[in-house]
Amino acid sequence: MRWLRDPLLIVEGLTMRFGGLIAVRDLSFSVGRGDITSLIGPNGAGKTTVFNCITGFYKPTSGLIVLSTDGPIEPTAVAALTDSSHRYIIRDNTTRSGLFLLERMPDFEIAKRARVARTFQNIRLFSGMTVLENLIVAQHNPLMNASGWSLLGLFGADSYKAAQAAAVDVARYWLDRIGLLHRADDAAGSLPYGDQRRLEIARAMCTDPVLLCLDEPAAGLNPRESLALNELLRTIRDEHATSILLIEHDMSVVMEISDHVVVLEYGVKISDGTPQSVKSDPKVIAAYLGVEDDEVAEAEAEVGL
Amino acid sequence: MTSGSQGGLPPASHSMQAILKDAAIWALVTLGLCFPIIAFRTDRDLSLQTSIDPRPWLVLFAVLAVFVGRLLWRLYAHPKRPKRVLFPPLDLSDRHKVWAPRIGLGLLLLFPFITLLITGQGGAIKWIDNFGVQILIYIMLAWGLNIVVGLAGLLDLGYVAFYAVGAYTYAIIATYVIPATIPVLGPWAFWICLPLAGVLAAFWGILLGFPVLRLRGDYLAIVTLAFGEIIRLVLINWVALTNGNAGIQTPRITFFGLPFTSRTGETTFADVISLPGTSAVHRSVFLYYVILALALLVAFVTQRMRRLPIGRAWEALREDEIACRSLGINTVNTKLTAFAMGAMFGGLAGAFFGARQGFVNPRSFEFMESATILAIVVLGGMGSLFGVAVAAVVVIGGIELLRELDWLKAIFGPSFDPAQYRMLIFGLAMVLVMIWRPRGLIASREPSITLNEDAKAISGAHVQEGHG
Repeated sequence: MRWLRDPLLIVEGLTMRFGGLIAVRDLSFSVGRGDITSLIGPNGAGKTTVFNCITGFYKPTSGLIVLSTDGPIEPTAVAALTDSSHRYIIRDNTTRSGLFLLERMPDFEIAKRARVARTFQNIRLFSGMTVLENLIVAQHNPLMNASGWSLLGLFGADSYKAAQAAAVDVARYWLDRIGLLHRADDAAGSLPYGDQRRLEIARAMCTDPVLLCLDEPAAGLNPRESLALNELLRTIRDEHATSILLIEHDMSVVMEISDHVVVLEYGVKISDGTPQSVKSDPKVIAAYLGVEDDEVAEAEAEVGL
Repeated sequence: MTSGSQGGLPPASHSMQAILKDAAIWALVTLGLCFPIIAFRTDRDLSLQTSIDPRPWLVLFAVLAVFVGRLLWRLYAHPKRPKRVLFPPLDLSDRHKVWAPRIGLGLLLLFPFITLLITGQGGAIKWIDNFGVQILIYIMLAWGLNIVVGLAGLLDLGYVAFYAVGAYTYAIIATYVIPATIPVLGPWAFWICLPLAGVLAAFWGILLGFPVLRLRGDYLAIVTLAFGEIIRLVLINWVALTNGNAGIQTPRITFFGLPFTSRTGETTFADVISLPGTSAVHRSVFLYYVILALALLVAFVTQRMRRLPIGRAWEALREDEIACRSLGINTVNTKLTAFAMGAMFGGLAGAFFGARQGFVNPRSFEFMESATILAIVVLGGMGSLFGVAVAAVVVIGGIELLRELDWLKAIFGPSFDPAQYRMLIFGLAMVLVMIWRPRGLIASREPSITLNEDAKAISGAHVQEGHG
């Protein structure tokens, strides 16, 4: 129940409306610090919309999305920040951590300042760049500072060379982790599908995130690759102090590695809890399996409709 | 495995009947095309009566030529030989990579002297100025636009606007501002205006970039096209500043303060440094080295930038803008820097152009210039500096060479002017090259950083073209 005790991210009253269609309606949930949280639900339930709101690609119609990278989220601090005109406050300059109102921030700032990284349902690698370049581009912001907004780098300053060598080391570490070190200099677009999925996760990790949002990371993977993915996600959670929020349909991944599961249907939360409690929730079963015609009344009575 | 079907092709395509039928269809299509185009010739006689002159023999000749040509093509060229790649991708081996640029650079440095040796003083100016300097200006412009189009993947159809800003910056400051304020600096005008032109063009690049860069693809292309036209129309109509269509007579370039020729009896370059040759040759050679240095500066900066985070961000932007934003890259700033860098190099080239011509007017900055520069970049391919340079030599050198085809008059009669057909031939050549090499001359991309020594170039199949 860490998501209640020490949440990293709180989503409150999130509504996203596209014209007449309400994709997400008054959704509230939280993501525990150091947890793997799964967002599941049938197709069209609004999972990716929630992701796009958290990562700033959509501006939510209404709602609050708060992320705290330096300790528990205190309601008074959130209220003070909400009343101010600021988007975030940095409370610790050395670690760049603070309190962030994600619904106010543009997408690139969420990745840069709030350190929320994401992957995409349809893989978005830089396919014409090498695997290594993909991971170096992910470290753009620290490298940009090291290159003195390109001026120092243009004159070949040693400080930039050192920063770039460090960036290559980070990339090398992640390539080793996902087993793609031998393909570092190949075009990302030439990798097999499963490798591209892992590379996208590694690229997101190279931004040094506190929250990693994965949109269907196991889609299109075979059972062995799914197992390797579980292993990778556990390592990320345990060794890198990165919490994970994932959308997934593959229940072998969800039930195996999740600490916390949130279930959406038609843009509304229908269940929230540990994998065990969600698995036995009759509402979830009804949403996922559907029920026979002659059992509708019985099922409805059971789920309390 | 009986009758020649080993290649997996259906044998029917080899049969004489099928080939004849195919050639007949081509001949029919030709007939259809000929009818409205060459079957009748209309003419006006002295009494202004329109007369129609049917030319059936010409049509028959065209149809027969196509029929026979297609027949021969199918019989001898197409079915028997395996498909050949006409221009295999230029795959420079490691050994070549080391010394090919050095040889190229050496040739570039020696070019004026080689032409002087071969053609003597009279012919050399034409070759150094019309070919050397002209091609290098376009190489520089294309390298500048290459940052915007080739690396960042933003389609800019109005690049010539920045070229114009550079040229008019030089023209106005050197002709009016410096003589009116600090006349002592007159001989140094070019060297003062050069950085100013770069800065002003970059400023205009940013100014254009701000409202425009939220647009993508076709929309961006149209807005940049319009911007190019706006600048040109302002130059035409703001007569008080630019003297309109009449243009501005600009001071010629000096050798760091020493003029090459002087009407007022100042000390000239020839007075101080005694070199063989006329002052016109001196000036051409000097212009050549100035533009060579400027172009090499652009190449150096671009190569460095590609290995910096900003350059990688440009290329990442071309590959996938949304992924860039998800990695915390400020795409607006990234696009603006690409626009500003490209505009700055265009401005530098413009200032040089002004000093070289001794005259600027809006006619030099029409859309055709933008199109030519863009064609060079696309033809060069993949943001490759080498490819763009080769493309500039082919396009600009080719257009200039067409002026030299006077011997064609022997065939087509004295009234035939090959220079009139150069745009037609240029267009045809572009179509053919784009069919054979759709990703440009260099259809691969050099990685900006590698882990292993023996890394290969990336095939163009994976590289995106960018969509605004």
